[in-house]
This record gives sequence, structure tokens and C-alpha cells, in this order.
Amino acid sequence: MDWAIVIETVIKTVIVLSVVAGMAAFATWIERKVLAYMQRRLGPMNVGPHGVLQLAADGIKLFTKEDIVPQHAVKPIFKIAPVIAPVCAFTAMAAVPFFPEFTVFGYTVTPIISDINVGILFVMGVASAGMYAPLLAGMSSTNKWALLGAARTVIQLLSFEVVSGLALLAPIMMIGSLSLIDINDYQIGGIGSWLVWSQPMAFLLFVIAGFAETNRTPFDLIEYEAEIVSGYATDYSGMRWGLFFVGEYANMITVSFLVSIMFLGGYNPLWIIPGAVMILIKISAFIFLFLWVRAAWPHVRPDQMMWLCWKILMPLALLNILITGIVLI
Amino acid sequence: MFEVIAFYTFSILTIIMFGIVVFSKNALYAMSALAGGMIFISGFFFLLGAEFLGVVQIVVYSGAVMALYAFGMMFFDTTRDVKENIHYKKVLYSLSIISAVLIVIIMSAPIYSANIESLYPSVIEGVGNIQMVGLVLFTKYLIPFELAAVMLLVSMISGILLVSKRMEMNLTQEDHYEEKGEII
Repeated sequence: MDWAIVIETVIKTVIVLSVVAGMAAFATWIERKVLAYMQRRLGPMNVGPHGVLQLAADGIKLFTKEDIVPQHAVKPIFKIAPVIAPVCAFTAMAAVPFFPEFTVFGYTVTPIISDINVGILFVMGVASAGMYAPLLAGMSSTNKWALLGAARTVIQLLSFEVVSGLALLAPIMMIGSLSLIDINDYQIGGIGSWLVWSQPMAFLLFVIAGFAETNRTPFDLIEYEAEIVSGYATDYSGMRWGLFFVGEYANMITVSFLVSIMFLGGYNPLWIIPGAVMILIKISAFIFLFLWVRAAWPHVRPDQMMWLCWKILMPLALLNILITGIVLI
Repeated sequence: MFEVIAFYTFSILTIIMFGIVVFSKNALYAMSALAGGMIFISGFFFLLGAEFLGVVQIVVYSGAVMALYAFGMMFFDTTRDVKENIHYKKVLYSLSIISAVLIVIIMSAPIYSANIESLYPSVIEGVGNIQMVGLVLFTKYLIPFELAAVMLLVSMISGILLVSKRMEMNLTQEDHYEEKGEII
């Protein structure tokens, strides 16, 4: 019995790791194509049909590039830092239910690695521990741009952590459970019972905070090439830099899953569309939104971002909690 | 079986991490090891079935407290070794040994006499540990809880007051005025 659970968990972990890493790699190609079409370009075209094999080319390039560690960097920390980003992003997925339950050869599979009853808190907490990657990278590089970039990234993650936590509090008050499966089951009654209708403000705040926590445009302060070169990743090359990239895309996928499960009805079936297809549609739509915003919006300045976070979003989130509390009583 | 393996893995890792914190002379090593140790400690909470406390350990200590330490450390050159300046080695060593022994005795005495039991065992069936924490916090420990909240509020307001002395004057403007003053 014990061994069965261990083997099942290991298999699930391997599947989640490989599928999400594959999705993350594929998302880079999608991103380049979508951005290209929005800017009336073609994007990668030469490698394979419509440039699909660009992925493999990029992968080979990243793996075979010379690995440079700066002479005066604190070497062990410099080497550990990029690993933290994907590790935290993938660990956070341990508590995310990806699909509804299904049965294979009479054996019921629950597509979640570990069903702990504080699921959403675990996902948010572990994903926020991922900020050690930019932090340690910036501090160990002994480079002014890296340090500035790390400071910006960390202060952004910390501030928007507050907003996303407060935004999630209001729907959690309505549901009365932190388990993502309970949250999903709460919205089982079709489109009308989706939480986005009863908590539109929380949805909006959480999406904005999600953009900030995954370092996407309009909040990608680390990629201010004009100001700080490439932020904390300035000194990194090859696969070490690639690991930050994988972490960022894995985080995007986690945030998309969280938004779909919290506010958009999760993996509940709709009409004749089965639940698994529904959640894939929602995730794809959300990732497209990430790319669309990147193509359409300019960066914001760091001070504008802080102003937005602390003077607008946080009071709105508190107000939302207050109103929800009054309505619930 | 797996719990035993997990327990010993986490214990060894935690002890190694905190060992690095104490013995390393490089501030960056010490800081990263402290953050790692905090995360490994949360493993014990998960092993004991207190998932809520485990996640709170990650969020509060690794997510917030250590990040603020790190922010403070960005003002120093963390890549160089710290030169420690100890004048009274004997006093220092004896004091630290005495306090370590005291802490071990205080923590292990109730366990040794098998006198340790939970004051508020979860008597209600089917209630998770989030709900139990909430019940105890808002009934038995309501006053300490609220007092802690008021203390945090006071410290926050005093922090804002300390920082915002000359908030109405822009820093860049100030530099500009000073430059002018020198020229005149």
C-alpha cells in the first residue's frame, strides 16, 4: 500500500515536470510567434515548418554555450541561484489539481501530486520563495546592474505578494476552505456560479498581481535594457540563464492554473465540453492574455509601480474584503 | 518508514544549514544558509501533519523576514569575509555555552519527564488544523493576539513617521538646491 502511493507520486511528479517543462519551452515559441504577428512580422520561420524547431535550436544553443562564471562572483551562490527559480516554480505545482479525477484500468487517478488542505496558501508561499533566485543572483554577481535589478525584482515580488494575498482572501471567505479542490467544487454549477461574477474586483486585482509576480510586461522591471542592462541575469550565460527563463514560464503556467481554478470555474465540465478540455482552454486563453499585454503595453516606471501597488491596489483589496465581510454577515 | 527517512534527512540538512550560518565568515553564505534552513524546518511541520504552520513558516520566515534581511545586506559588500573583532573570548564562549545548555534543558525537561501534552487537543471530529488554529486564537488567546496586532500597528506607524520627516521635499530637488547654494 505504502509503496503504491510512493510509485504513484513519483510517476505523477515525473509527468508534471516533463509536461510543464515542455509547455514552458513551447510557450517561448508561441510568444515569439504571437508577438511577431501582432507587430506585423513573421517571427521564427526558417527552422522547421513555421519555425517550430526553433525550440530545439535554442535548446542546443543554450546547452552548448560556454559557461562563464565571473571572476569576482561568490561562486557557490552564483551557481545555486538559477536552480532556485525552476525548483520553486515546480514545487508550487505539487498542490495544484490539474485535471478532474479519471479512471485508468479500474484505478482512480487524482491528477494532483499532494492534496494538502492548505493548497492555495502552499502554492502562493512556495512561489514567493522563488524570489531568492533573483535576490541571490543579484547579490552574488558583484555587479551594479545585477544588484539594482535584484533589488527591483524583489521589492516588486514582495509588494505584489501583499496584493495577491489580500485579493484571494475575499473569495476564500466565501468558500471557507483553502483547498484548491474545494474551491473548484464550489463553482460546480455552470457559468453562473463562477467566482468571477461575485468577486470581479478580486479577479482583477489577482490578475494584475499575477502579472507582477511573474515579472511580465507592464511590470517587467528587470528587462529595462535602457536602465539596468538585463537586471539580475546580466552576468549569466547559457543554461544558467535558461533556468531563470524556465522558472518564469513555469510560474506563468502556475498563475494561469490558479486564476482558472479560483475564479473561472476550474476543471468543471461545461455543457458538452469535458472538464479537462475546459481548463486547457482557460489556460491557453490566459497565456495568450499574457502575450497580448506584452505586445500592447509599455513598461511602467518603478515608482509608478510602487504607487500603483500600495496606493491603489492594496486599499481596493482591503475595501473588497470589507464589503465581502459585510455581505456575508 | 518514509517518515523516519524524511525526518533524518530534514534534521541533517537543517543542522548543516544552521552550522554554516554560525561558522561561515561570509555574510552571503550565512544568509542563504539561514533561508534554506528555515525552509527545511517547515518540513518538520509537514511531517507532523501541521500543514498550515508549515506553510506559514515558509511564507513568514523565508518569504518575508529573510527577504528583508537580504535587503538590508544589499547596502554592504557581502562578498568579502567579515573580520570579527572579539576582545573577551573566554567570556563570550562561556556565555554562549551556558545559554545553549540552558535552552537544551528547558526544551528537553518536559519531554524527558513525559509531561508534555497539548493544552487544546482537537476534540471536534473532522476539523482541520486551520480551523483549530482559528478556534484557539479567537477564543483562548484573543487578547494576546489582538495586543500583538496593536503592537504591529504601532511599530508600522512609528516606522512611517521616522521615514516621512521630509516627504514633501523631493530628493532630487534637494540636491539641485544644494548645488545652487555652492555656486552662489
